[in-house]
Amino acid sequence: MSEVQDKSAHMTRAIPAPVVNVETQPFWDAAREGRFLIKRCVPCGKAHWYPRAICPFCMSGETVWKESPGEGVIYTYSVMHRSPSGPYAIGYVTLNEGPAVLTNFVGVAPDGLSIGMKVKVRFQDTEGGPPVPVFAPA
Amino acid sequence: MSIKGKAYIMGAFEHPTRDAPDKSTPQLHAECAIGALADAGLSQDDIDGYFCAGDAPGFGGLSMVDYMGLTNVRHLDSTETGGSSYLLHVGHAAQAIAEGKCSVALITLAGRPRQARGGGGRGGGGGEPAPEAGFENIYGGSTHNTYGMCAMRHMYEYGTTSEQLAWIKVAASHHAQWNEHAFLKDVVTVEQVVNSRMIADPLHLLDCCVVTDGGGALLVTSPEVARSLNRPKVKIMGAGEAPKGPRGGLDLDLTHSGAVWSGPRAFEEAGVKPADIKYASIYDSFTITVLMQLEDLGFCEKGQGGKFVSDGNLISGVGKLPFNTDGGGLCNNHPTNRGGITKVIEAVRQLRGEAHPKVQVPNCDLAIAHGTGGSLGTRHGSATVIMEREG
Repeated sequence: MSEVQDKSAHMTRAIPAPVVNVETQPFWDAAREGRFLIKRCVPCGKAHWYPRAICPFCMSGETVWKESPGEGVIYTYSVMHRSPSGPYAIGYVTLNEGPAVLTNFVGVAPDGLSIGMKVKVRFQDTEGGPPVPVFAPA
Repeated sequence: MSIKGKAYIMGAFEHPTRDAPDKSTPQLHAECAIGALADAGLSQDDIDGYFCAGDAPGFGGLSMVDYMGLTNVRHLDSTETGGSSYLLHVGHAAQAIAEGKCSVALITLAGRPRQARGGGGRGGGGGEPAPEAGFENIYGGSTHNTYGMCAMRHMYEYGTTSEQLAWIKVAASHHAQWNEHAFLKDVVTVEQVVNSRMIADPLHLLDCCVVTDGGGALLVTSPEVARSLNRPKVKIMGAGEAPKGPRGGLDLDLTHSGAVWSGPRAFEEAGVKPADIKYASIYDSFTITVLMQLEDLGFCEKGQGGKFVSDGNLISGVGKLPFNTDGGGLCNNHPTNRGGITKVIEAVRQLRGEAHPKVQVPNCDLAIAHGTGGSLGTRHGSATVIMEREG
């Protein structure tokens, strides 16, 4: 086990390469350019997460990628202490567009998180894959 | 078609091992099957239906039917919802029996997570990665912290406290002290739970279930077979199941489980209400799992679970709703990280009057077993089974 970390230190966690497939390739191409895309359905107008070719609300195949500022609030979180590389935080962010996104929180100490806190997306490099969205206090 | 009264649980066996370095997983499945057959007074050749989930090795049902030499099987089901699979299997077995597809259905679970570094996985689902993998699996989600997220939100919305969650573990430990096979037999206090090491906020070490090797088996039979056996009859009254996930992320709701759907389905089929239940087996991967499921099943109002579980209300002989009298997954056994089958087994013991005398519920004639498989914090399968003692 590692030593207990300084509680004021910001959390970081090495992230493995995400699985990329033909359905999600445009998301990861945009991520490499620092752009955060979400999917929106043309017929029903609803945004969803995680991105799919088929809308999970109306099953329409007419979904389009939309760039998002990646802003929202923390819905919930949990700081994982059972971690050899130090504590890290997982949680959901409710985007201003509606959908909730599972993510890690960075740029904040383990005791600095709260439900309702405003956060914004940033991209973190991964181990051999495209960067992935994480969220930090806005 | 309803399954009410169409099938009976006549055999139930929980493997006594909690650490099995000297046995293989298929061997444990088979030993559990042998135990359930002996319990029921049935033999290998009577089995004509077989049910297993992702913990079954190799080709699942095909591998295990062949390993166990079951030559009369005419109905197979390997529905996989993680730890709740075996609760779904009870309902599915009753359906198959009601339709004449089989008359003696064997359900097995077994595994050896203690022999693998890291406590083993969830099993099942080979081949392609899950569709959400690229967007979820990278964030270090585990059962601990995804259930932790549910507990955090429940505390935020309803004011639930760590002390209230701790009462669930305390109740389980009071029961486990009487179970000679329990992995953890020591009675613990609320203070010990809330002062145990933090694992994933707000869940402490003692909010988490045990990791054990082992397994269990059930035999579900037709009424005709049940009448031919010299064992108390546990009648299946109703069953419900429901998957729940983030649903595209809109209106995310981590304070409810799929029990809000599976529970009413089972109660309606059985024709009973939560207030009628004498004993409850409630899946206890973590303390928060129990609290949310009790609310969702209707044992108390949403948000009142913390109050409901406090002050020993779940302790047999003390509170209003005796739960997990074997010590549950929190203290007794969570074989191969899947606790569904032990929930049914302890309910069967209670209905037969064969639970430990210190925890046996008097006149226990109606029981519920409920489970959650997968993760409450992402996607899970809920399953509810209601059983009645006949005669």
